[in-house]
Amino acid sequence: MSGADPALLHFVLRLADTSLVLAQRLGEWVGHAPALEEDLGLANISLDLLGQARFLLSYAGELEGRGRSEDELAFTRDGSDYFNHALVEQPNGDFGRTIVRQVLVDAFQLELYEALQASTDARLAEIAAKAIKETRYHFRYSAGWLIRLGDGTAESHARVQDALDDLWRFTREFFAADETDQAMAERGIAPSLTELAPRWLARVEEVLSEATLRRPPDVPYSWHGKRGEHTEHLGYLLAEMQFMHRAYPGAQW
Amino acid sequence: MVAAAVRADSSVDPTDAVWTILAQVPDPEIPVISVVDLGIVRYVRCENGIHVGLTPTYSGCPATDVIRQFVKEALVRAGYDNVVIEDVLSPPWSSDWISEEGRRKLNAYGIAPPAESVSSPRKLFSSPVIACPRCGSRNTERLSEFGSTPCKAHYRCTACLEPFDYFKCI
Repeated sequence: MSGADPALLHFVLRLADTSLVLAQRLGEWVGHAPALEEDLGLANISLDLLGQARFLLSYAGELEGRGRSEDELAFTRDGSDYFNHALVEQPNGDFGRTIVRQVLVDAFQLELYEALQASTDARLAEIAAKAIKETRYHFRYSAGWLIRLGDGTAESHARVQDALDDLWRFTREFFAADETDQAMAERGIAPSLTELAPRWLARVEEVLSEATLRRPPDVPYSWHGKRGEHTEHLGYLLAEMQFMHRAYPGAQW
Repeated sequence: MVAAAVRADSSVDPTDAVWTILAQVPDPEIPVISVVDLGIVRYVRCENGIHVGLTPTYSGCPATDVIRQFVKEALVRAGYDNVVIEDVLSPPWSSDWISEEGRRKLNAYGIAPPAESVSSPRKLFSSPVIACPRCGSRNTERLSEFGSTPCKAHYRCTACLEPFDYFKCI
């Protein structure tokens, strides 16, 4: 981390990368979703996340102070310089698994952006005020689908429960505060993650209960995406996402 | 520079003249309404050139770049030589900012305009009653929260059976 305020830069990149990587994952559904409406739905959510990532990456570029643009930050950093939560890089699986992942992330972003609107960092507060409006309907969409699938057929119920059992372990990372998170909370830039955790859980549990799904037990975790230590999936995602820019550096539309 | 940036017929207030031109610039995705009707022009300032503040509707709206270009071109065509487009993020755009005129035009075009005010943050699964822009029936159902552009949802009228777009409240 460089720049005048490395902790803030690190924090902004975490937000940016989580949105960007999830946008890329959701974009993989284009042309493959189970119905046209869901194809459009996932693509639209992807687009919002991409837009949010662009605001954040531009800001990160300014904080870094090396003149890197949003594109350079997105397309030329390697996996170990990406600071997204490991959950968002997990493969899409079937539609149900994508929805489970989305509910877990949307609920987190909803609480986070709600709080970030009051950030002492004016730029982040501005971006959060924009993002929260979109995150609300992302959550409405993903939660609505999780309820239908969980409380649907035996097959759909089993599939989303399996996905939940598998993905739940990645949510621990949301609330594991390290020195960056602590510094942000102390400076009033970001909310305290310990305070965010119960609100996130309440929101998720409300949906799980309506979806007749069981909350998996918490387990120890060993992914530190926020610190640049990722699961094996991120490398493949970046290879696809960055190919064009790396093959033709500086290419413009 | 100030003088050069203002057109010859300067009996009109320079800011008003710019607003009049912007009112003719169509939204690229919904060409029946102008960028002014849409509420995305946040300010016009005529000091050291023409400064136009634009705000995006949705973070990822792909039309944003095109709109910026349309606005600039329209002003350059009208004879302004120093046009600066500025991005404004705060306060975030709201569908409440679509003008009455814009709402009428949307409806006539077959897109149901947003219901009056934005939904409460905590409101979860409720959705307002949307009237069909074709037959006016209030017996409509939502097919999908997402439509052909980020700002629209997809609805169907159960009276006339026609599908239609609804401009979402945000």
